[in-house]
This record gives sequence, C-alpha cells and structure tokens, in this order.
Amino acid sequence: MHFDALMLSRLQFAFTIAYHIIFPSFTIGLASFLAVLEGLWLVTRNEAFKVLYLFWIKIFAISFGMGVVSGVVISYEIGTNWSVYSAMASPVIGPLLAFEVLAAFFMEASFLGVMLFGWKKVGPRLHFAATVLVALGTLTSAFWIISANSWMQHPTGYVQLADGTLRATDWVLVIFSPTFPVRLIHMVLAAYLTTSLVVAAASAWRLLKEPDEEESSLALKMAIGMFAIVAPLQLLAGDTAGRQVLEFQPAKLAAIEGFWDTKAGQAFHIVAWPDRAIAANRWELSIPRLGSLITAHDANAQVTGLKAFAPQDRPPVALVFWAFRVMVGLGLAMIGLGLWGGWLCWRGHLAKARWFLGACVAMGPAGFVAVICGWIVAEVGRQPYVIYGVLRTADAVSPVTRGEVSASLLAFLGIYAVVFSVGALYILRLMDQGPLAGAAEPAGAAVRPPGYAFAAAPGEPEGRP
Amino acid sequence: MSLDLPLIWAAILAVAVLLYVMLDGFDLGIGILFPFAGSPSERDVMMSSVAPVWDGNETWLVLGGGGLFAAFPLAFAAIMPALYIPILIMLLALVLRGVAFEFRLNGRARGKRFWTGAFTVGSLAATIAQGLVLGGFIQGVTLRDRHFAGGVFDWLTPYTLLVAAGLVAGYALLGAAWLIWRTEDELHGRARRWAWVSLIAVAVLLAAVSLATLYVHPRVALRWGWENGHFDLGRLTPLLPIPLLGLAGLAVAALGLRRGAHGWPFAGAVLLFLSGYLGLAAGFFPNIVPYAMTFRQAANPDNALGLLLVGAAVLLPAIVGYSLWVYWIFRGKVGADEGYH
Repeated sequence: MHFDALMLSRLQFAFTIAYHIIFPSFTIGLASFLAVLEGLWLVTRNEAFKVLYLFWIKIFAISFGMGVVSGVVISYEIGTNWSVYSAMASPVIGPLLAFEVLAAFFMEASFLGVMLFGWKKVGPRLHFAATVLVALGTLTSAFWIISANSWMQHPTGYVQLADGTLRATDWVLVIFSPTFPVRLIHMVLAAYLTTSLVVAAASAWRLLKEPDEEESSLALKMAIGMFAIVAPLQLLAGDTAGRQVLEFQPAKLAAIEGFWDTKAGQAFHIVAWPDRAIAANRWELSIPRLGSLITAHDANAQVTGLKAFAPQDRPPVALVFWAFRVMVGLGLAMIGLGLWGGWLCWRGHLAKARWFLGACVAMGPAGFVAVICGWIVAEVGRQPYVIYGVLRTADAVSPVTRGEVSASLLAFLGIYAVVFSVGALYILRLMDQGPLAGAAEPAGAAVRPPGYAFAAAPGEPEGRP
Repeated sequence: MSLDLPLIWAAILAVAVLLYVMLDGFDLGIGILFPFAGSPSERDVMMSSVAPVWDGNETWLVLGGGGLFAAFPLAFAAIMPALYIPILIMLLALVLRGVAFEFRLNGRARGKRFWTGAFTVGSLAATIAQGLVLGGFIQGVTLRDRHFAGGVFDWLTPYTLLVAAGLVAGYALLGAAWLIWRTEDELHGRARRWAWVSLIAVAVLLAAVSLATLYVHPRVALRWGWENGHFDLGRLTPLLPIPLLGLAGLAVAALGLRRGAHGWPFAGAVLLFLSGYLGLAAGFFPNIVPYAMTFRQAANPDNALGLLLVGAAVLLPAIVGYSLWVYWIFRGKVGADEGYH
C-alpha cells in the first residue's frame, strides 16, 4: 500500500464514516423506539413505559451527540479531501445533501432540545410531538443520504457535457435512482435491527442480574418482537438489493461471491481466500451451482466473473467477499435469535432462560458490525469508482499534501478513540445500572446538575388530566 | 419570470453564515468563559443556559458548508483544501466540545473535570480555527485552473492570527452578554465584568483588524476609498453606515452594561458582529473565493439552484419558525434550581 494523499484520504474517510455510521444506525431505531414508548405511555399510562423512556433517552442523548459531531465532520471532509468529487457531483446531488440539512438536521437538532430539556416546559402531548419529529428527522436524514449514495452507486437522470461536467436532466431519476428504494429499506431495517439488538442486550443483562425487573422484561419482549419480524424481512431486502447489484454492478457482485470466471452454474463459496494477484481463489470451500441459484435465482444461470473486467476496473475482492459473509452470517444469527426468543415468549419463561439472555447480550453489538460490513460491501465494492462508471476515486481527491492528511488522520484516530471509549463507557455504565436507577435519582437533587433534562422528569408532568 | 438564482443563494448563504456566527458564537463564548466561572455549579448553569439550543445553533454551520457545496461547488472545492488544517482543527475541536455537553453530565469526578476542560479547550480551539479560516479567506486563496494551488500554511500569518484573536474576543462578548441576559445573582454580576473586558477587547481588535485589512490588502483598501495615503470620499461615503453601525453597537452594549440592562448588551454585541460581517463582505463581494472567483463563476447551473430554492422556500421558514419556538420555550432566567420545580 502506497501512503500518498489519496490513500490517506481514503483511509481517513473510511475511518470517519465508519465511525459516524455507528451512531445513526443506532439513533434512527432508538428515536422510533422512544416515540413508541412515549406514545404507549400516553395511551396506557403504564408507568413502566415512562421509566423505559426516561432510561433510554439518556442513552439516546449521548449517542445522538456523538452522531451529530461526527456527522458535521463528514459534510466538510467531502470538500477538504474530495474537492474534485465535490465540484463534479454537486450539480446533481448537491440539492439532495442540502435537503438533508434543511429537512432533517434542523428538525432533529431543534426538537432534540425540547425532547431532552422540555419535559417540564411543554405539555405531554407537545413533548410526544417533539419525540415523533426527532424520529421523523432521523428517517428523513436517512432518506436523503441514501438517495445521494444510491445515485453514486448507479447514477441516472443526468448527462455529462463536453467539458466533463455533469447536469441533472431528470430530478425524479436522480432522487429515485433504481437502487434507491431497496437500499433505503435495507438501511432503515438495519437501523431497527441494530437498535432492537442493543435494547435486547441491555435488558437481558439486567435480567441476568435482576430476573424480576419488570421494565427490562417488557423492553426485552418489545426488542424480540422487533428483530423476530425485521430480521427475516431484512433477508428479503438484502436479497433484492443483491439482485440489483447483479444487474447494475456486476463487478461488485463478482467480488462479493469470489467469482473469477464467467460461467453458468457458479458454485457458492462458503469460505475462500480470493487473491487479486493471481486472479483466483487460493482455496475455497464451495457448494456447486448454489452461487448462481443465490445470486440469479437460477442454478444454471450464467454469472459474470471478475476476469471480465480489466484488472484496473476490479474492486478489492477479499475485503468485499469477507465483509459480505460476516454481514450475512450475523443476519442469519439474528433470525435464529428471533425464532428462539419468539418461542420462549410463547412458552412464557423468558426471564429465566439464562442461555438465551446470554445469547442476547453476546449479540448486542452484532447490528453495528453488520452495518459496517454492509457499508464495506457497498462502498469498497463500488471501487475503483466513487461515482460508478463516471468518476474514479483516484481522480476525485483534493490537491492536499501527504503531510496534511497524515496529521489529520492521526488526530482523528486519537480523538475519536478517546471520545468513543468514553461514550461507550458511559452508555454501558447506564445500561448496567438499568432503567430504575435513573428513576430514583431526582430524589437526591444534587446528583444531577441543574437544568438537566430529567432531573425532575419522573415527577408528574404538568397538564396531566 | 426569471430569478437571479446565484444572487439569491449567495444571500441565503450569507445569512446562514451570519446566523451561525451569532448563534454558535454565544455558546462557543460560554466555553471560552468557562474557566473564569466562580464554581462548578456556576459552570453547570452556564452550560444549562445553552444546552437545549447549541445543537440547533451548530446546524447553521452544516448549512453553511452543505449550502456552499450544493450552490457554489467550485468555491467549496477551492476553499476547503486551501484551509485544510484550520478546518480540520475546527471540526475536531467541535467534536470535543460537542460531546462534552453530555459527557460532562455522565462523568464522575475525574471524568467531569476532564470534560469541563475539553469543553473549554474545544470551544477556544474551534473559535481560533474559525478566525484563521476567516482571516485566510479574506487574505485570498491562490487558484490555478479553478483548483487550490497555494501553500499548506498560507492561512497562518500575523493578519489571520489577529483576526482569530478578534473572534475569540467577539465570541466571549456574545457569551458574556448571553449570560447577562439569561442568568441571575453572582453569575450575572460576573458576566457583566466579563462583558466589559471582552467589549473593550473587541473594540480594540475590531479597529486593529480593520486597519490591518486596509494595510495588508490594497484591493480591499481600494474598495473603501483608501489609496496613496488618503481616503476618496466618493467611495467611502456609501460604506460609512457599516462602521457607524459598529459604533452604534458599541454604544448600545456599553450603555446597556453601565445601566445594568439585561438584554441590551446582547443586542449591542449582535450589532457589532453585523457591522464587522458587512464590513468584511464589502471588501470581497462579489468574490466568493477572494479574489479569484465570483459567486456567479462558482454557482451550480440554474436547474440545481432552482430545485434547491423550491426546497428552501418551504423548509427555511419552517426552520426559522420552530427555532424561534424552541428559544421561546426555553426563555427566561436559568436558575440554579432549574429543572427541579
């Protein structure tokens, strides 16, 4: 690997965006979960929902803050490190990213203030409205960013002029490029899965310590309900997304499956060691014809291999191949966990099933790992292009020096390591204390600094009928 | 009907950046003033006074950057690499001070102390970096074939350091004036003293930056009618309202402080910032990359700007509306017992 400004910029962008995506993929689902909890509390007046709301909002506040600040970085990095890309892509996807700011970021940021600090300032219904708006904001943000990313994966609705610049010709085709709907569904389901696995893990952890904690039992059931339904749906969404990759990005598909030769009845490689240097898999464990069946839904279908593309047009293979297998493996494990949990819920002795609770704890981070692997498949699989078929990553980099990017990359590594460790520590500490620890807190007025959101929150809100 | 879309977008972005400077200015200012608080509980109040709104304030920075990318991509592509180091320092500093809002509440003794420090250091470093960005921008950016072609440290000069010092004083003034408005008792009294000190510093540094700009940048001086050692009144007169606005802001802030007013010092600080902003803009408009590219040369085609405008026409009034509503919800003095009634 040659560490020039290009490679360092790629590493920096990969690092900062992989770090960033951890937080939205959690907060998108958590915002919706909080809206559901608050809505259920308003309707049923079951205090357990309020306790859970006030517990998870603390975790939401920490993760959302980390997501916001790491997201601001990305919006400037496309200029500092990828100025050629910015200048070229903006006439087409500039409005999409601006709409994300205008339609989502402001709404999230403004109503987050009300959500966190407004419990005593506005009535319960208005507070619920603020929670719903924050949840809608996170989904709107996902809409526009996935729209822009989908266009980069398979650009449509534009022309390239003689001087090389791009012009949008059909905004509907730009915003709703063919792969967008499925990719949006895939991402939102991934976020819901990630969140429900975290909620399940935290609740299971509490139940292992306190088997009679009703709030944790309730939250665990809600989480199981979510991933038991969503994990199989995600398999369908992922399969549909894969069919589109086969159609629109055959080189990416070949890398995902480790196909080198174009042939009918491709084998499915369960594991393999793909090596670009020799344009083959060094070894592989395969099932005949299953590869064609999975990718094209026909065991005899001809599927294009990597050798059909010039070596400089092939994406990195091993990384994409393995990231895909980790993602799918975790997805299958999530389906299994959902079936297991569903069965235990039906039988009705969830809180005593220690093996299952342990499995839930172990699967807590699975969503994050799967999301990052999914992004590696999508983004590394698109290489060597940044805008597929239009602009190569190597041509997109800013006129910056190796020294500048080395310094900033090191600074990111250092500061993000501190921020991430501390944020994770605080979140895990809250999870360990459980939902009731916070509920008891306001009695001791000195524990929370003044003005903190829920310093007094578990008291009765004003305007209660 | 044909709209002058590039001009409209230049105006929208100019307002967004101005709003950013004023809004995040006061919460960054709180961070700059943090070490001078009398006690940890005063720091809690200082932070509480901005905690519900800082995130919305910072979003104007994302609109500034995202809007520049979406409306004037050639300027975005030229400026960002030119100011690579100060922009990345700003981003990292904003990360540190942004997470400090939540981390400080969750930390125990040692953690709380660390994030108190991080909030100060992050706020100060972000302000200095923004000053260097502003100074580097006014100094001008070297382009070749529309891309940045200058040196790695072009943004680091005595002039940009002077601008950075001015911005630190300015944000401290905004922060102090905000605290005068929104707090009471001892902290309120302390904020008055901070406001006096920073007001004097702003007056001195704003004058120094103005003179330095005329001295260092003959092009800008020419705009203001300064040539060969004397002023051309024909050019200077139309621009005179700008420094007069600054003097008015200074007077409003100083009189407000003398008379013990709660809101007027903040109003005066806002007028001062408006004057400084307009004064700098008068020096480089219509350039969007001083002094190499006008906003028209940098603009996206009309079909993109038009689509953007349709969205902004719906969303911007809504944003202004609910932002004002949020400020209204959290109006009034932030007491030490806030949140406990």
